[in-house]
Amino acid sequence: MSTFVLLVVTGLGLGALYFLIASGLSLIFGLMDVLNFAHGAFLSIGAYGTWWAAAHLPGAGGDGPGFLLAVAFGVAAGTLAATAVELGVIRPLYGRHREQILVTVGLSLATPALLQAVWGADPLPFPRPELVSGTLPVLGAAIPRDRFLLIVAAAAVLLALKAFGSRTRYGLIVRAGVQDRSMVTALGIDVRTAFTLVFAIGGAAAALAGALGGLYFGVVTPTQGVSLLIFAFIVVVIGGTTSVTGCAVASVAVGLVQQFANYYTVSGLGDIAVVAVLAAVLLTRGGGLVVNAGRTA
Amino acid sequence: MNTRTEAGPEPLTRATAPRREPAPALRARLRPWLPTAITAAALLCLPYSTLRLPGLFDGPLNSPATLQLLATCLVFAGLATSYDLLYGRLGLLSFGHALYFAAGAYAAALLMHHLRLPLAWSALIAVAAGTALAVLLGAVSLRVSGIALAMVTLAFAQAGSILIARDPGRATGGEEGLSLDTALVPGALIGVVNTVNLYWIALGYAAVALAVVWWLAASPIGRVWNGIRANEQRVSVLGLNPYPFKLIGFVVGAALASLGGVVFLLVAGGVTPAVSTAEFTLTLLVMVSLGGAGTRWGPVLGGVLYTYVDHRLVQLSGAPAFDALPPVLRAPLSQPLFILGLLFVAAVFFFPGGLAALPGRVRARWSRGS
Repeated sequence: MSTFVLLVVTGLGLGALYFLIASGLSLIFGLMDVLNFAHGAFLSIGAYGTWWAAAHLPGAGGDGPGFLLAVAFGVAAGTLAATAVELGVIRPLYGRHREQILVTVGLSLATPALLQAVWGADPLPFPRPELVSGTLPVLGAAIPRDRFLLIVAAAAVLLALKAFGSRTRYGLIVRAGVQDRSMVTALGIDVRTAFTLVFAIGGAAAALAGALGGLYFGVVTPTQGVSLLIFAFIVVVIGGTTSVTGCAVASVAVGLVQQFANYYTVSGLGDIAVVAVLAAVLLTRGGGLVVNAGRTA
Repeated sequence: MNTRTEAGPEPLTRATAPRREPAPALRARLRPWLPTAITAAALLCLPYSTLRLPGLFDGPLNSPATLQLLATCLVFAGLATSYDLLYGRLGLLSFGHALYFAAGAYAAALLMHHLRLPLAWSALIAVAAGTALAVLLGAVSLRVSGIALAMVTLAFAQAGSILIARDPGRATGGEEGLSLDTALVPGALIGVVNTVNLYWIALGYAAVALAVVWWLAASPIGRVWNGIRANEQRVSVLGLNPYPFKLIGFVVGAALASLGGVVFLLVAGGVTPAVSTAEFTLTLLVMVSLGGAGTRWGPVLGGVLYTYVDHRLVQLSGAPAFDALPPVLRAPLSQPLFILGLLFVAAVFFFPGGLAALPGRVRARWSRGS
């Protein structure tokens, strides 16, 4: 029983991490038809930003309010990077989806290389605040505390995104744009501002995932972003729909499958089990999961 | 979209059948093949030349180091051509091409290492295995299209990459990879003196990849591919099922990639998990779009240029002249991927269509100016 609880909660924690990455990815994909390879870069910038701030930023530190400030710095850095990327290289290629994907590919190759050039390829130890170190007993299972933090953060982001979508004017434009961009454009609404906004929100969520991923793994490396990004891609395909809730459900499913398969079979097989689930979904649902399948890059 | 009006029988014949023109004179017919003939002749003569190109290569052209670099360039030229079969000819954005390259290289290395099979048999079985894998995974992946296809192929390739990195049963050598088992390789392919033979093999591979892709692209299948790339929906409205055509392209591209993997194993003397990563496929995409997707020479040009620049940047970062630079410049410049990534972003902006489109652009500007 305790093993089961442990696996469920850690699976949820992993799913929460995937949701933070995949939510922005699926919004960008749904609205702009852009497969954003630079998303992993925003994650890395968030992680390294938090790590750097905890050691160098006055007032910030590895514990308590100082750590919150460090995370805020990391998230701000990621958001800024995302906004700059959208304004600088995505927007000038408006409507040319393939070129937009290509420039994000270039950035996804350049960013980890730059991080590696500055801070080296070796894993760097990540600060761990007192509050989230150690474990917490739940139904007889000792659960690492940082998993709860991940779940709370993902839930907060999910609620915030839903509130943004249903309560604000821009949320309405973004939601409508994901459903049918040409209709929104035909109504005379400029979707470009929505693009920038979605990119910034996606960057912020990815940067938060980077900071919390640093807690989860205990270290930061230049290539962490890319490996997490691939699971986020799988989540987006399985989730299929471009709704935030669908993305959350798929994230949780992928996280749980991975944890359970890793525990009950050989370690590492969980990653492959996730790909098997993806294949099964594609075969049984005939690709009907993906709303935008007809629209090509 | 006005598919309705264009779905009649006349536009179909106009779009797919070759235009009937009076038979051109022999000279005019041979003319398009002139660049091919010149390039082939130059590449065939190259190992006999002792020409020195200071700045470009360290030694004379027929020195083992230069031939080794050229052989690597040729392998990637062929591999980029095979990737362009999907990306440039069919319009399929696959992010899993590394899987078939790695499958060819690893399967051949494993067969030689564990079953002690001779090189020829290992190569044959490895390519067959890579092709079979492509039939299976292509059949599943091609159920979706567009960006979903990119994500799905990426996921499958990632599963392969994880498998290789985890080193199941100590078979794949984990991070270290596998080295070529020299006991089973013919003596003519071993040793520095025989680098020239590796060059011939790499040249042969590039020629095979080019011939297959050019021939298929000019065949009736290629014309359907062209239609799928332009507008897949229209092809299906015309009564052709695009799925088998896409699968053929996917499988042929993957078969060429696994053959490339075997050649790479020989040229590089081993294989590391780096060739199975998503990053590796992304560099293929960079090569193809840098050179010009869907063109005859673009992928070759991009593959050769990328491999060469990558190699030289690695060399340069260790050069003493580099130490004089301030650290702010030296650190990023020592990372070839940083420079290549930024160059690529710049290329997308300033050279749309890649290098292959450059002469046409220059000519257009010239005629506009005069």
